[in-house]
Amino acid sequence: MIELDGAGRTFKVKRTVVHAVRDLSFTVSAGEFVGYLGPNGAGKSTTIKMLCGILTPTSGRVRVAGLDPSRRRTTLARRIGVVFGQRTTLWWDLPLLDSFQLIRHLYKVDRSAFESRLDELTQTLDLGAFLRTPVRQLSLGQRMRGDLAAALLHAPDVLVLDEPTIGLDVVSKASIREFLLRLNAEQGTTVLLTTHDLGDIERLCRRVMLIDHGRLAFDGTLDDLMATAPEQSSIEDVVTRLYTGTAQ
Amino acid sequence: MVRTYFLLVWTWTRASAAYPASFALMCVLGFVTAALDVAVILVIFANTTTLAGFSRDEVLFLYGAAALPFTICDTFVSNIDRVSQHIKAGTLDTVLIRPVSAWVQLTADRFNANRIGRILQACLVLGYAVAALGLDWERTWMIPVMVLTGVVIFSALWTLGGALQFVLTDAPEVISSFTYGGLQLTQYPFSIYGRDLVSGVTYVLPLAFVNWQPGLYVLGRDDPFGTPEFLRFLGPAAALVLSLPAALAWRQGIRHYRSTGS
Repeated sequence: MIELDGAGRTFKVKRTVVHAVRDLSFTVSAGEFVGYLGPNGAGKSTTIKMLCGILTPTSGRVRVAGLDPSRRRTTLARRIGVVFGQRTTLWWDLPLLDSFQLIRHLYKVDRSAFESRLDELTQTLDLGAFLRTPVRQLSLGQRMRGDLAAALLHAPDVLVLDEPTIGLDVVSKASIREFLLRLNAEQGTTVLLTTHDLGDIERLCRRVMLIDHGRLAFDGTLDDLMATAPEQSSIEDVVTRLYTGTAQ
Repeated sequence: MVRTYFLLVWTWTRASAAYPASFALMCVLGFVTAALDVAVILVIFANTTTLAGFSRDEVLFLYGAAALPFTICDTFVSNIDRVSQHIKAGTLDTVLIRPVSAWVQLTADRFNANRIGRILQACLVLGYAVAALGLDWERTWMIPVMVLTGVVIFSALWTLGGALQFVLTDAPEVISSFTYGGLQLTQYPFSIYGRDLVSGVTYVLPLAFVNWQPGLYVLGRDDPFGTPEFLRFLGPAAALVLSLPAALAWRQGIRHYRSTGS
């Protein structure tokens, strides 16, 4: 579903070349739930943006659902759902429902499919109470659930989440986690998730990839990840070791 | 695509209805500023009967023929010059994840209906001039052609400007000097300008094809600069020639977008 082969992205900052991501290769198969970890500035967001076609890689090859994201961006958009935890994709001054209606037209989802999908999402994400509230008046937790629903209305094959639980309280986090698990299990949606919340990783991800300084530093199951440290270590310890160990 | 565009326009219109006072104020201001342009022309002709060989109604015709395509683009396309704000804030990301061309989304971005008053004003001036001039009816077919040509030329300019902002994120003012400057320039008969300037806006930046060249044909006049007759009809070709680099530049701009951290 997702294939990177030697993908790299450089930025020129004041005449020096910064490698945000270098020589990154990995494959995510359909139906996987993958956690994508890394310290700030490691290249997580850059990777995600290359996957959606926002950034054009400066080297290597990227394929999502068989498409080259930077060249087939609008075609790919119908098959991929994207959520940025730090920024909403909804229309600020419009009620949530209006944003959804607009998305239905933009993605050309037919009415009956849209309505059943919206019903389902309204129930599972508990949106009923604020469907008619303008987005700017929603709480962060409500807005996040709205953003998730917006990214899923067109029933994408792949869902890419960039820090979806950032700033949320424990209850909101739990409901979003439960929702993502069900989505992955029941609909087989492939999920790639970046987060700094290791609870997300423990609860959700069967596979973990860790990126540091733009390179893949670890790729394996959650158990493999835990096995890199002495027994009885918490996941925080394990990840700290990896971040500081590879950051020498 | 056109349907999607107007859907977005309608969405932004409803969104701006959340701030009704601002909408009303901008409507009035837009109309007043546009009316001032005409007032200037009328003041000039209160003191003289011709301006560089053109009568008041001819000048109003040239003004209307430039203002109409300009205000149409100012309403429906100029929103694209806000792309630098999206680039700086990183909000262009959310535009690029949608299955709709970024150009369509950004030209509709924060669409504001309050500029429609200016289109109306331009229509009125052009309509008045056409009626008052008693034009040769066999030449009036050129009027819709020139308005369309003007729309394409101004759209291409705004698109070029938008593309430039991917390189120079502080460029909106530079672009304004070409777009709004283009309107200021084309409001008057080109015969008031120097030969070099007119050559520049004929052969380099084809602003002369918005209203001057085709306008001479409609008015049945010879070019005071002595350009050959066939240039009067080259507007659509010039517009297409300008659109091509504009489209390419826009495409390159999007591919070179750098996004922001996080």
